[in-house]
Amino acid sequence: MMGALEKQRHILDFTLSSLGRRKGKNIALAIVYTFVIFLLASVLFLSDALKQEAGLILQEAPEMVVQRLVAGRQDLIPTRYVEAIKAISGVQSVEPRLWGYYNDPFSGANYTLLVNPELNNHPGAIIIGSGVSRRSEPGKPQQSLRKNDHIPFKTSGGEVLTLQVKGLFPSASELVTADLIVISEPDFRTLFALPAGQATDLVLKVRNTKELATIAAKIAQIHPDSRPILRDDMLRTYAAVFDWRGGVILMVLSCVFFAFIILAWDKATGLSAEEKREIAILKAIGWETSDILLMKFWEGAAVSLTAFFIGIFLAYLHVFLASSPLFTPVLKGWSVLYPQFRLTPHIHVYQIAVLFFLTVIPYTVVTIVPSWRSATIDPDAGMRM
Amino acid sequence: MTLQRKSDIFFCSLLIGALLICLMFADAAVSQRLDRKWIEERRAIVRVLALTDLCLTTEARYTRHPSMADLHTPFQDHPLSLDHFPSGALMLPPPHLQPQDGGE
Repeated sequence: MMGALEKQRHILDFTLSSLGRRKGKNIALAIVYTFVIFLLASVLFLSDALKQEAGLILQEAPEMVVQRLVAGRQDLIPTRYVEAIKAISGVQSVEPRLWGYYNDPFSGANYTLLVNPELNNHPGAIIIGSGVSRRSEPGKPQQSLRKNDHIPFKTSGGEVLTLQVKGLFPSASELVTADLIVISEPDFRTLFALPAGQATDLVLKVRNTKELATIAAKIAQIHPDSRPILRDDMLRTYAAVFDWRGGVILMVLSCVFFAFIILAWDKATGLSAEEKREIAILKAIGWETSDILLMKFWEGAAVSLTAFFIGIFLAYLHVFLASSPLFTPVLKGWSVLYPQFRLTPHIHVYQIAVLFFLTVIPYTVVTIVPSWRSATIDPDAGMRM
Repeated sequence: MTLQRKSDIFFCSLLIGALLICLMFADAAVSQRLDRKWIEERRAIVRVLALTDLCLTTEARYTRHPSMADLHTPFQDHPLSLDHFPSGALMLPPPHLQPQDGGE
C-alpha cells in the first residue's frame, strides 16, 4: 500500500518537474483554463443568486394583477371593472394601482413612479429610491439628494411640478427600489394628466390561493380585454429570465464551451516533439506504458485542478464581493440609472459538481489519449522524432 | 515541517483549494443569515407597495418589469422595429407569454 502511494508521489514529483520545464506554456494554459472556469462559474453563480433572490422577495408580490390590453398593448384600465371583479366569489379585495415611467430630462434616467395611498394626504411629497437620489446631470459630478430636497418634474402639459423628497428607501433595498419614486395620487394624475376613473392595473387578493386560476378565468370571461397575471407567473418569469438555456447566458456559455473545445482539441490532437521525446526516453530507461499514462493523468489533474480551484474562488469573489463588474455593462445596457446591489451568496454542491464534471474530467481525459498513442510506439522511433 | 517534495507542495495546494471552496460555503451560509434582515425588509417593501419585479435594469420597460410586459413591448417603436435594448438580449420572454403555456 505504502509502496503504491510512494510510487504515485514519485511520478507526481517527476510530472511537476516536467511541467516546470515548460513553464511558459503551462502557465499560459493554466491562465486561459482558469479564465474559462471563472467565466462559467460567474455566470452560474450570478444567475442562480438572482433567481434565488427573486424567489425570496417576490413571494410577497400581489397574488394577481389584472391588466387591460388594447391592440395587443397594455392600456389604462377603467376602475369600473373593480365592482364586477369584486363580485366574483373568492375575491377578497380589488385595488386599482397607479404606476408608470418618467424620463427625467435633467439626468436622462428612467424612473418608475408608483402611487401609494398613504401619501394622498401629503401632496407634493415623494419617497425616492437610492438610485434616484444619485440623480445628476450627465457629465457633471454626482450629487446625492437628501430629505427635503426638491425635484422638478415636467407634466404632460409642459408645466413644472416640483415635488419634495420626504424620505429615501434604504440602500439595502436597491434591488427593488433603485428607480422608484413613491408619489401621491393627485400628483400622479397631475403629472400624467390621467383622467379620474382610470388606473394602470388592478391588484387582487383572494381568499384561497388555490382558486387563483379559476378566478383569472372568470375575469377573462367577464372582461375579455383583460389579462390576469398571477404571482406564480411573476416568480416563474425570474426563474426563466436567467435560465442558462437562453439569452446572453447561453451566448457566454457557448463561447466558454468552444474555448474549452479548442483547449481540449489542442491537447487531443497530439504532443509536441519535445513531449514525445520525453516519453520515448522514459520508456527507454524502463518506464511502463501505464507509468507514462499515470504521469499524463497527474499532469492533466495538476493543471485542471489548479485552474478549477482558482477559477471558482475568483468567480465567487467577482459575483458576491465585487458585484459582478464584468457583467455590469451587459445588465446596464443603456440604463442611466443603474441599481447598485450586492447579492446574497447562494451556492450549491450541485453547481460545483457540474463545473467539476464539465471541466476537470474532460480535460484530464484528453491529456491521456495522445500520450497513450505516443507511449505505445517504439522508444527508438520516438527519440528520433 | 518543511515541504521538501513537489508532490507535498501540490497536495498542500489542493488542500488549500478545497478549504477555499469550504470557506465559500461557510461565507454563503453566514451571509444568508446576516442578510435575512435585509431580505425581510425588501419583502416588506414589495408587500406594502404591491411591487411585481426586481429593478435589474431601467433602460426598457419590458426589462424593468418583465413580468408585466406583453409580447409587443420589445417592438414598441413600429411593427418592424426589432428589439434594440442590450438587456433585451439578456432576458428571455416570461413563460406566461410563451405559446406552450397558453400565453398570447
